[in-house]
Amino acid sequence: MTALVLLDAEDGTIPQTSRSAIAAAASLGDIDVLVTGGPDTIAAAAASAAKIPGIRKVRTASGEAFAHGLAEPLAALLVALAPDYDHIVAAATAIGKSTLPRAAALLDVQMIPDVMEIRDSQTFVRPVFAGNVLVTLRSSDAKKLLTIRTASFDPVAAEGGAAPIEALTPPDGQQKSRFVSAEHSSTERPQLEAARVIVSGGRGLQSAEGFKILEPLADRLGAAIGASRVAVDSGFVPNDYQVGQTGKIVAPDLYIACGISGAIQHLAGMKDSKVIVAINKDEEAPIFQVADYGLVGDLFQIVPALTAALG
Amino acid sequence: MKILVPIKRVVDYNVKVRVRRDGGGVETAGVKMSMNPFDEIAVEEALRLREKGVASEILTVSIGVPQAADTLRTALAMGADRAILVQSEESPEPLAVAKILKILVDREKPDLVILGKQAIDDDMNATGQMLAGLLDWPQATFASRVEKTADGLAVTREVDGGSETLALALPAIVTADLRLNEPRYAALPNIMKARKKPLETIAATDLGIDLTRRLAILSMAEPPARKAGIKVGSVAELVEKLRNEAKVI
Repeated sequence: MTALVLLDAEDGTIPQTSRSAIAAAASLGDIDVLVTGGPDTIAAAAASAAKIPGIRKVRTASGEAFAHGLAEPLAALLVALAPDYDHIVAAATAIGKSTLPRAAALLDVQMIPDVMEIRDSQTFVRPVFAGNVLVTLRSSDAKKLLTIRTASFDPVAAEGGAAPIEALTPPDGQQKSRFVSAEHSSTERPQLEAARVIVSGGRGLQSAEGFKILEPLADRLGAAIGASRVAVDSGFVPNDYQVGQTGKIVAPDLYIACGISGAIQHLAGMKDSKVIVAINKDEEAPIFQVADYGLVGDLFQIVPALTAALG
Repeated sequence: MKILVPIKRVVDYNVKVRVRRDGGGVETAGVKMSMNPFDEIAVEEALRLREKGVASEILTVSIGVPQAADTLRTALAMGADRAILVQSEESPEPLAVAKILKILVDREKPDLVILGKQAIDDDMNATGQMLAGLLDWPQATFASRVEKTADGLAVTREVDGGSETLALALPAIVTADLRLNEPRYAALPNIMKARKKPLETIAATDLGIDLTRRLAILSMAEPPARKAGIKVGSVAELVEKLRNEAKVI
């Protein structure tokens, strides 16, 4: 069997989420990876991908159409490559989630999203109902298209391999959508999905100004900063901070939830963290039911004290 | 512009779901059912485009059991003009749903289809993208803002690193994310009026689409519950535990 893993390589690097997708595909036979991007980034991305151990071949497609991860050209490319593969896999990132269902429909396949366990080549476990239920599914499709819940798979190493690189000629297609602009949150901190420690804030932070109290603690721990849906909806932080069922799914070694009550939707995104700390003034808050260590009290006193105690 | 909004009847988001004893599904007997919250956002966006003078007609569609007609009435009460129920015994998989929707799109010729980005029951996040693929239309998933432009739509999307804006030619598919809008409640007079709005029923089996599941459900189970830990009394105790017991700092 052979699997193709679509990597999110548009910025010229291979993110940890894509390496988790490769790890997931390891049980599915030989692995080729597909690297796409604009003419400026493709060489660097391909070189990075080639260093990942365990890859049979790096296949690349470049051009303006691929510079921003648009689903239409990516899906058309996957369809063109599909005859070579039994499984097509991607991380459940914005690009993977947009592209794989589109490609699956064109291949007449019912794709399988958010896979958290691969039992065998046709049997997969995935969460439903916001992670409150796990379903084991067996696909009867000849080909399987999967997106991977990256928090469930430890990423493969970034270095150590030397896979050959093959440039592809992508299929022609009329572009009906066009990238206009991006507003990316700039941060020096680790990505949420890749962070070993996450400091996360909710309604209890009260304002965008209040949210800043988490920064020294995150700095001290080398942590990423996350947020509950309420904190994002209230405008304390940008949307890409959101952890939860419809935000990012994370599983760091340490998750510190500050002023987060613990709605089901939030728990769905972080309850696989190895150690959870909850700081909340409401001792009845549901977050304490999943926390390993709970501290009841005013986070505006506790968080600075914790930062100082770690200093 | 004509807008089609497919909606799904799901277990209400406030219900704590329980797996049936046979493991083949979740308990739905006596459980409150509602319109999928992301679909409410999709309906609302269509209504707003009509209020801005961009859209002229809003058609809503649901695929499922006869009671999905109640969900369609909710969309009509919010302000949709007419509804189609494609009746089937169970809720088909996204690929089959997309095939049914394609037939309706070919018949109704909307300029825009707005869907919720995912249903909160199966969390598949697939139908919009699949329909876009089958129709060969452009797509913008996870929309947080939709604007009509001279030659199509500008859609701002929530993506991993922040947000981005795409320009789409029409006809197109948009899937709604949480922050696109806050859906309105249907006022009582509108609920009364909605009873008189047209609701057409079609049998899914008459559309010639194979509804056989591709994904057999082998089992369903609740994940192992995470045990509640302990409450610590002070910051010093917390730091001590994290250092010496959990060993994560």
